[in-house]
Amino acid sequence: MKRAQIKKRKSIIPGFGLSMGITVAMLSLLILIPLASVLAYSFRLSGAEFAELMMRPNVVQAFVTSIGCALAAAVLNCIFGTILAWVLVRYEFPGKRLMDGMIELPFALPTAVAGITLTKMYSDTGAIGRAFEKLGIEIAYTRTGIIIAMVFIGIPFVVRAIQPVLEKLPATYEEAAGMLGASRLTIFWKVIFPEIRPALLTGFGLALARGIGEYGSVIYISGNSEKNGTQVVSYVIMQKLNSGNVDYEGAAAIALVLLILSFVMLFAINFIQHIASRRTNV
Amino acid sequence: MYLRGKVSAKDWGDMYLQENHDIFVEKWGDFMKKNSQKIVKWILIGISVLFFLLMLVLPLLEVIVRALADGLQSYQAALTAENTLSALKVTLIATVIAVAVNTVFGLVASWLVTKFDFRGKNVLSALIDIPFSISPVIAGLAYIMTFGRSGWAKPVIDGINEALGTDIALVFSVPAVVLATIFVTFPFISREIIPVLYTQGREEEEAAAMMGASGFTIFRKITFPHIRWGLLYGMILCAARAFGEFGAVYAVSKARGKTFTLPLEIDALYMAGSADSITQAFAVSSLLVGMALIMLILKNIVEYRGKRNDR
Repeated sequence: MKRAQIKKRKSIIPGFGLSMGITVAMLSLLILIPLASVLAYSFRLSGAEFAELMMRPNVVQAFVTSIGCALAAAVLNCIFGTILAWVLVRYEFPGKRLMDGMIELPFALPTAVAGITLTKMYSDTGAIGRAFEKLGIEIAYTRTGIIIAMVFIGIPFVVRAIQPVLEKLPATYEEAAGMLGASRLTIFWKVIFPEIRPALLTGFGLALARGIGEYGSVIYISGNSEKNGTQVVSYVIMQKLNSGNVDYEGAAAIALVLLILSFVMLFAINFIQHIASRRTNV
Repeated sequence: MYLRGKVSAKDWGDMYLQENHDIFVEKWGDFMKKNSQKIVKWILIGISVLFFLLMLVLPLLEVIVRALADGLQSYQAALTAENTLSALKVTLIATVIAVAVNTVFGLVASWLVTKFDFRGKNVLSALIDIPFSISPVIAGLAYIMTFGRSGWAKPVIDGINEALGTDIALVFSVPAVVLATIFVTFPFISREIIPVLYTQGREEEEAAAMMGASGFTIFRKITFPHIRWGLLYGMILCAARAFGEFGAVYAVSKARGKTFTLPLEIDALYMAGSADSITQAFAVSSLLVGMALIMLILKNIVEYRGKRNDR
């Protein structure tokens, strides 16, 4: 019965073949075939060469730096993102509209501009860097700097993921819980948090994925020093394309690992979300 | 009771100094309980405003201040330098083409995904979103490996060039910059339209089709009015990302003054390292900041109008 319905539907609205053709053709030519070339290229290395490349200290360190900093930044973004979204949805205060409108600035601001600006701000001659330097804390050209850049580019993902959920969550829930005598913290953990958890997870995943692959905003503030462990994976790949001894195979191999990593992470997050949504639906 | 009505700071102090600790603690507890909602509210707003000022507003001011560090004259000189103008041109070309291509794709793909049922639909949707989750550096790399000197598609391109007598290069050229820009912005428009079309459903299109309307008429008369604002919104996001793209373009563009975009020009100026060139880098940056702010304003207008139209 259902099958017949679907078949009938197919035939009513025109344009299936055409839109399928255009979609698949464009997707293949612009995205899939070029990505397949990366795959093909990385297979030019033998298994032993591949393993040797991946075990190189600078490659391992780059992965540790990229993943570690992206994780830290994503967690920070979840905390600040939740607060920002909450404040923007629930409270009224002067300048709120402006704040709401500017949340997406990190999307719109070119990453290179963000990169050089944050670097100058947080270096020991910059407005914020100078203050921290007096406290003995260096930010620019350390991993802390990388995390700050990743927080900057990741914050809109979390805020924009949570905001619509909070808007739909009626304040009566919290009021009811409050009247039943729940403390504010209990209300947050038991009433609000379960509601925003799937959205928070989405925001976390997007911010994390963006952070791990980020290039423009990170490479200036990181200082790219192998000694200090501030090279990120994107930088190591780019180096293999730029330096005098170009190493396409190596670049492709590292890129492949990065690709697989991103996919596994996205898959994991979708999976957790799937389980979480099933649990709440039952 | 010890105190009634409003408790002033002096009263608090007196209570504390008189070593009426028990009463102090009790009163303080009452005060916190009664006002906890307000206190929490203003602490949270305080954190948000601080974050907002430090992370979002201060960087913008920093760009402007540094751009004008050497005075208006050198600011103007930096903006009208030959390399900057050439970079502006390449940036605009790449942005316009990327928005156009992705608009076509976004419309067709979202029509396909929301109006028809077919096998592998979920896989297709996931594939469309790939550019979101991968490093832009990989996008640049992918094109080098396809069309570059030792890329497998190089002979194909050479064959086409020979046959047509053209001289198209798909790496280290303006077309390469355009392709890389399209790659990183690929899902921007379809992603905005698909949710709108899902909520709209198919009934209207089906009715129109049954009454004999052609595909194009259905799209123009029925589907398009629903997605107008979503499309515009996606185009704005796409444009904003396109003119700011760095990593992907950096990999496939090597000729300053010819194939450089504005972000690449900023990188070159900044990396030159002298105080003058860094100021010039910020001067060029201020141009992009202006473009980014225009996009943000447009985005907010579209969002506002779109919401109003929904009602």
